[in-house]
Amino acid sequence: MGEFFKFGDFQLDVLREVGNIGAGHATTALSKLLQKEIDMKVPQVKIIHFDEIADFLGGDEVVVITVFLRVEGDCPGNMFFILDFSSARNLLEQLLGMKVDEEQEGFTEMELSALHEIGNILTGSYLSSLADFTNLNLQPSVPALAIDMAGAILSYGLIALGQNGDYALTIDTAFFEGNEQVQGHYFFIPDPESFEKLFSSLGVPFDGNY
Amino acid sequence: MEIIKIGMADLGVAKPPNRLRTTGLGSCVGVVLYDSGKKIGGMAHVMLPDSSLGKSAEVNIGKYADTAIPTLIKQMEQEGANCRNMVAKLAGGAQMFSFLSGNDTMRIGPRNVEACKMFLAKAGIRIVAEDTGGNCGRTIEFDATTGILNIRTVNQGVKEV
Repeated sequence: MGEFFKFGDFQLDVLREVGNIGAGHATTALSKLLQKEIDMKVPQVKIIHFDEIADFLGGDEVVVITVFLRVEGDCPGNMFFILDFSSARNLLEQLLGMKVDEEQEGFTEMELSALHEIGNILTGSYLSSLADFTNLNLQPSVPALAIDMAGAILSYGLIALGQNGDYALTIDTAFFEGNEQVQGHYFFIPDPESFEKLFSSLGVPFDGNY
Repeated sequence: MEIIKIGMADLGVAKPPNRLRTTGLGSCVGVVLYDSGKKIGGMAHVMLPDSSLGKSAEVNIGKYADTAIPTLIKQMEQEGANCRNMVAKLAGGAQMFSFLSGNDTMRIGPRNVEACKMFLAKAGIRIVAEDTGGNCGRTIEFDATTGILNIRTVNQGVKEV
């Protein structure tokens, strides 16, 4: 597993906590938007091969709705907010009272814009809580929306990592509304050089030599 | 008939009646080579243009255009194909998120396509079909019997080249 081998249990725990805080804030924001209780799962920190990255979304070819942000600053990386089709429909219905026609293929411009904005709010709260907690300077790019195959979308977030090795470290947090009508994932994939700063900002011992 | 799955940064060779398949091509490029006389096909899922971009000591040959294409040619020749009879088909190299077009790292799709074309030209291989660019993901399947490449996208359905 190349570079990430040297992460100990303690470091992985810290990264899990990063996911917990970020996703916790984002999920609270979503819960406020919907005025419903949203639960989230314990974040999973995984070191995975490129080939497996889309597996826990159901495979390379599953069509997902994604809001993507590039994070620059002290801790560069890629951030994804991912929903499946039925979750996106339910979210639009519950949030905006937009009745999405089941027969309709894809989404209207208004619906896309709403999903874009939801993704923007949620990833924004994920990152700002992370920035507060670490005192690091994080600058998210303008978010972009794409609806396409999971493999094609996620591989985009791996390009920077691809130059370093064949494995990526992902912080994945799933959330769901009570009866699972809305479920999705936040993925944060820090660039390899980000870990040193992330750990040192939190006072975690790390030899900087992964 | 067997479908040989080519993963990300991977390559492989097939003979009839087998097929080669790679899923979820985004900014990556699927390079297909075919010797129609010998009916030997090869496919690579190229992720980055050039191995000089790599920062780690060991290079995964399937990942870069400059290493994957010559290796694929060599593997096909070992199976009996002749480089001079090979033609190429390309798919992928999309820009999944168009807003970042100014950023060079994020313009990786078009750069991958350019690199693949350059290394194919170096090997003297003609490109007979191409479905590259745009902003959609692709899944491709190549039939070593007919030489037909099947390209599937989410919004534009299936096409054959």
